[in-house]
Amino acid sequence: MDKKLRVGWFSFTCCEDSTIIFTELMNTHYKEWFKKIEFVHARILRKDDTAEIKDMDVAFVEGAISSDKQEVKLKKIREKAKKLVAIGACAVLGSPSNQRNFFNRDQMDEIKPILDLFKYKERAMKLSELVTVDENVPGCPMNEQVFLEIMEKYLNA
Amino acid sequence: MHDIDIDFDINLEEISKIEGAASLEIKVRNKKIEDLKFSISEWKRFYNQAIRGKSATAVPQLVARICGTCSNAHLLASIEAVEKGFGVQPSQQTMLLRKLLFYGLIIRDHALHLYVFSLPDLFGKNSILDLDENDPVQKQFLEDTFAVKEVGNQLSIIIGGHSVHAPMPTIGGFLKLPKLEDVKALKPKLLDIRPKILKLIDLFSKDPSDFTLQAPVTYCSLSSSDFSFLEGAIKTSDGVTIQEKDFGKHLDAVIIPYSHARGFKFDGKFVMVGALARLNNDKSNLHLKTSESVKQYLDIFPSHNLFHNNIAQAIEIIHAIDSSYDIIDSLNTIENEPPVKPQLKETIGVGLIEAPRGTLYYKLEINADGTIKRGDIVVPTGQNQIVMERGIYELVEKLLAVNTSKDMIIYEIEKFIRAFDPCMSCAAHFLKVKWK
Repeated sequence: MDKKLRVGWFSFTCCEDSTIIFTELMNTHYKEWFKKIEFVHARILRKDDTAEIKDMDVAFVEGAISSDKQEVKLKKIREKAKKLVAIGACAVLGSPSNQRNFFNRDQMDEIKPILDLFKYKERAMKLSELVTVDENVPGCPMNEQVFLEIMEKYLNA
Repeated sequence: MHDIDIDFDINLEEISKIEGAASLEIKVRNKKIEDLKFSISEWKRFYNQAIRGKSATAVPQLVARICGTCSNAHLLASIEAVEKGFGVQPSQQTMLLRKLLFYGLIIRDHALHLYVFSLPDLFGKNSILDLDENDPVQKQFLEDTFAVKEVGNQLSIIIGGHSVHAPMPTIGGFLKLPKLEDVKALKPKLLDIRPKILKLIDLFSKDPSDFTLQAPVTYCSLSSSDFSFLEGAIKTSDGVTIQEKDFGKHLDAVIIPYSHARGFKFDGKFVMVGALARLNNDKSNLHLKTSESVKQYLDIFPSHNLFHNNIAQAIEIIHAIDSSYDIIDSLNTIENEPPVKPQLKETIGVGLIEAPRGTLYYKLEINADGTIKRGDIVVPTGQNQIVMERGIYELVEKLLAVNTSKDMIIYEIEKFIRAFDPCMSCAAHFLKVKWK
């Protein structure tokens, strides 16, 4: 049997809509994907050892980056993944999860205690501000066609 | 009995197979819980603040982005709040289509939880990926998983334009209406998945998991004669009936300093919302055909076994199938109704619906120019958070008393949390707290 594609699916700050679309795409693709993909990390599907990020062929990453801790994890994912694909608007553009970046003084004053208490980054960031992104799947939620084309490409690489 | 470590720490940084991120820290010393913190670890996106100043009519599409899985619940609850505020009365056709959209969500979302998150536990598997394709029973459940989800997905797509962040529902109606023939084509598909869910109910009914909270819990849900999730008045297991607009007065926000979300009590009592609460309070309003088909399982409700939330959700899928079928069957035409335009004014609107995980409350204060002055949004998982933490505490105490190993305790906790079907993406964004 051919070697399986080692895939990771990660979510940072977002509503996880693209994760849901991913599970809906499984409705019609699971037979092929389950045969050809090893899900190395995918919290939505399985319990794994989250303390250690493993080597992957492709990491799909959704969500914006809100904290230093998230940045460290993203960089670890980048190190361990041959390809990193930004999934959905928050990962690709930062929006809408970065809406606090555009808040006025009153709105900022109100959320400041929370930002301080939980050590939020000064700004919520899109992935490409912090790591090299190989491919983008835009959309809110992600564009299904673009995702399927990218997945197909890696499965047949 | 076997010996276990009497001192240990549990640190679950990311609880798996739930919607969103939650973490748990437990410190056990001398076989006693010294500290336990269940926290919602999602990073906030501050929707409460972000909607301020935005046009009320644009708010539903923004707040749909609060949650991926139940986005259409946020969409419909916020639309209701804006419509109630402006006095817009949606047409009968609009309400029927909204119900169909919502039943699609119930089928899709409950199926994700039951098949993908919880079912592997019943087969002693880590993941649905590990189901044995050579075992005919497991293979069938794997096929059912995706067949059922797909019908819910298609129902949502045909009615709302998309199963997540549906673009067509709007204030006063639909921007684009579905085609009658597309809607009618769903009938055989709904019938196809019905027996699959009856099998799923039977599977969960054999799950021996049993946990009843020692502390008394008030079950709270929206009740309507057709169990539609979208209309009616709030009913509690204490026999109280509350109008939608007054619901907020009964909720007491509780600050959990280590969590990114706030918890709630209801009139000072522990509260639980969701499918278990709905079945406990309102099983007599289920679709008649549903009641007949699941009669033997309905007898367990009202139930205080929190794992029965799973069976309650599965029964609700049957109800969503039967109710959708009837609505579609009765539709002879879809009239080309343009959305009713609201007359802007200074106002307050409350929208309240039963999201898949429980009561979802929107209170929007609107300025004379139609912009949002302030909004208060209370999500189901926030209401359940206190009972969930309390439940974990009692569960761990019980397991320690019988010398359960640390790994087994972790497994049992995760299974317990999953039974609540919590949605952390929703819960984390409504902290309206002064920390000083």
